Amino acid sequence: MADTAPSRSRDLDKLLLRAGNLVGPTFEPGTELRDDLQEYARILVVGAGGLGCELLKDLALSGFKNLEVIDMDRIEVSNLNRQFLFRMEDVGKPKAEVAAKRVMERVSGVNIVPHFCRIEDKDISFYNDFNIIVLGLDSIEARSYINAVACSFLEYETDDKPREETIKPMVDGGTEGFKGHARVIIPGVTPCFECTIWLFPPQVKFPLCTLAETPRTAAHCIEYAHLIKWDEVHSGKSFDPDDPEHMQWVYSEAVKRAELFGIPGVTYSLTQGVVKNIIPAIASTNAIISAACALETLKIASGCSKTLSNYLTYNGVAGLHIKVTEFVKDKDCLVCGPGVLIELDTSVTLEKFINLLEEHPKLQLAKASVTYRGKNLYMQAPPVLEEMTRSNLSLPLYDLMDKVAKDILHVTGVTGQSDKKTSCLRKLRVVFRGVDGVTDMDMAGGA
Amino acid sequence: MAEPKTKYDRQLRIWGEQGQSALEKASVCLLNCGPTGSETLKNLVLGGIGSITVIDGSKVEVGDLGNNFMLDESCVGESKAKSVCAFLQELNDAVKAKFIEEYPEALIEMNPPFFSQFTLVVATQLGEEKMIKLDRICREANVMLIFARSYGLTGFVRISVKEHTVVESKPDHFLDDLRLNNPWPELRKFAETFDLNVPDPVAHKHTPYVVILIKMSEEWTNSHGGSLPSTREEKREFKELLKSKMVAIDEDNYKEAIEASFKVFAPPGISSDLQQIINDSSVELSSTSSDFWVMVAALKEFIATEGGGEAPLEGSIPDMTSSTERYVNLQKIYQAKAEADCLAIEQRVCRYRLLEDEFSNPSVPDIQKYLTDEDYSVAMGFYILLRAVDRFAANYNNYPGEFDGPMDEDISRLKTTAVSVLNDLGCNGSTLTEDLINEMCRFGAAELHAVAAFIGGVASQEVIKVVFLS
Repeated sequence: MADTAPSRSRDLDKLLLRAGNLVGPTFEPGTELRDDLQEYARILVVGAGGLGCELLKDLALSGFKNLEVIDMDRIEVSNLNRQFLFRMEDVGKPKAEVAAKRVMERVSGVNIVPHFCRIEDKDISFYNDFNIIVLGLDSIEARSYINAVACSFLEYETDDKPREETIKPMVDGGTEGFKGHARVIIPGVTPCFECTIWLFPPQVKFPLCTLAETPRTAAHCIEYAHLIKWDEVHSGKSFDPDDPEHMQWVYSEAVKRAELFGIPGVTYSLTQGVVKNIIPAIASTNAIISAACALETLKIASGCSKTLSNYLTYNGVAGLHIKVTEFVKDKDCLVCGPGVLIELDTSVTLEKFINLLEEHPKLQLAKASVTYRGKNLYMQAPPVLEEMTRSNLSLPLYDLMDKVAKDILHVTGVTGQSDKKTSCLRKLRVVFRGVDGVTDMDMAGGA
Repeated sequence: MAEPKTKYDRQLRIWGEQGQSALEKASVCLLNCGPTGSETLKNLVLGGIGSITVIDGSKVEVGDLGNNFMLDESCVGESKAKSVCAFLQELNDAVKAKFIEEYPEALIEMNPPFFSQFTLVVATQLGEEKMIKLDRICREANVMLIFARSYGLTGFVRISVKEHTVVESKPDHFLDDLRLNNPWPELRKFAETFDLNVPDPVAHKHTPYVVILIKMSEEWTNSHGGSLPSTREEKREFKELLKSKMVAIDEDNYKEAIEASFKVFAPPGISSDLQQIINDSSVELSSTSSDFWVMVAALKEFIATEGGGEAPLEGSIPDMTSSTERYVNLQKIYQAKAEADCLAIEQRVCRYRLLEDEFSNPSVPDIQKYLTDEDYSVAMGFYILLRAVDRFAANYNNYPGEFDGPMDEDISRLKTTAVSVLNDLGCNGSTLTEDLINEMCRFGAAELHAVAAFIGGVASQEVIKVVFLS
């Protein structure tokens, strides 16, 4: 049944309307599939920068019509060598809004809702509205957060198999110079971001004694000026990396220190790079990684081909090297696993429960806020919510959880050692002792 | 800071002013501006390429709106080259952008000298026959050439340039070459000035690991008949020995030494890549030898004499736990040697065969190997099929599966064509799977945006790297 009228979907149709043998397990070719993708598939793009701009374009031209994009930043001049949706006149405007507008202008029929805010500002339920979440982020913390949110929706059958309707696939891309990666995360099936966190090299953090006493490199001199000398001289005033005068001050102090210790290499450009943690970036690598991510998104949504399994690394420094590795899920993962098991007596109050979390060896979660099936049981912040939920603290958790024998809870809080606290979200399996038919250790796995 | 420089800041941190200047001097010609070509050029324009000339004879159709971001409704019926060029110009007004409404095939047939004016040609979505012709034209005119093709979920990028040599200072793997497995006299003498058993705990934990490893490996060789640890047991023992010298658990310098101990075990001397280059027959110099080979000949001589089997030292060392003074002194020792060795170079020779050559002198054992290797058989299969579809199109005037309707005839014709390609490549016994052949027909020569963006990204990156080398 050939389309006689010329269609925009001329090329995509070959992939979506035709049967094939090298396709995904659920592939049902036909106009219904193509139309469903357009009408019902909802994709969230996280980040509207180097990867985000490319992703929006690629997804809009891959048959998706309902996109949303979230980014808290404004456009800067240094973005213009690769974030092609932005022009010089757009500098200062919110990335998400300009990106959405530009793509909608050029690709008729696509609808993109921009969100100019932090990812943490959205309710967790916001993220549940999407079929697939595609990440174009530039930090480990942000990825960790979205990963925890997506995995928080995951529920398991009693035999620890994930329930399909609760799986929220993610496609994650990252680039740096000529290198990049693209990965597919199917919570409960493939490893999640947390399962393979060991893949990331330890973040460079110079020990204070090196900065203070034994600097050896230009970067040490710069960070001394930035982190130590600034406070000594400007006590109270916080350092603003976007203020050229502040940056100039740090640069000249770094030069002085470098001269004192006979260390070469301090330049203004390096100073900016170290202080702002600038990642060098070019258009081509972003284009490659985003295209790979968009393609995987199309495959997951339509089944038109087998998906990447599951981690692709790209290196274009010398020649071109691509490797795909199939990593395996960590069945004890705190984030995508069935959830840390917590056994409680029915008399335990919410307040006591929150205190328990801080001492729990696997969690060590301080200042926890607790939600149950979308309901806020206790919120540490903002003050309005705290006041509203305070009265729950003295009630038994069992009662607050509608007196079920066992269920999933979500907690957010702060974890980590004194100098490196991060906020995180954890899924807990709460089991109440002695409640009809539930014996002590009938859960597979353990806390 | 000047405005254009701020715009390019993130890429200047990678390739510096020199690289940027090379890009700004380059003139690129694009053949066919479907999404594959357009996306390639987009990345180059954003990076500040000197000039672009877009060549395409077709008019914009509705179907093009579904795969090409550079086009919108108002362009339907217009010249595709003109529309794409206008969009690209808007991306960066520092780039000189032109277009010519002409079919690349016609230019290749009628006007070969046209291509001589460019630094580089990006040829997309061309059939095999025209690719071969263009290849010859560009090679003769010393114009660099990159082919790119998107076809359904597959595609390729092929570089075709004259031999060029890469002389790079600060190549990745020569960096931080510490020679712990083969320290030269001055480095040994420097290490001798340290006493690992120094009683002062501050001095003890600020002895750089380089010194620790040199002294400990010397202690080892003295008690093991002159050899370094080689068996797994010995390597483990060596690490235990290092551990035993720690007087406190927070001695990071000793932890660094243990982690870096593998550098002591590595065999000394040059890499096999470098060995291959100095063994190349071009090292036998003649009056027409290029500067590059003259350098290689000098390098070969250095390695055989002053180098004692090692290449010249690059001289940089990584950061490590140490007092400032000890570190700076150590740095000086390495820098002195690098200066004395005088050259800090890595050489690579890149030779790209003409397409003609690739087709008429295939590497049969390689093809057969890849066709049966689980990790490569699909890629190799698509290589064969990409050639087969061009041959199919030459015979039947359309690509297999290009039009809707039953595909059985196209599938069987494609299969026959693929077999003949394999035979021409000298792989008479090899076959491709039915699934792959069916899939190729399913693709029907579709140019999908995401695939074109991927191929275009790769092609643009190769353009940049190749421009840096010229």
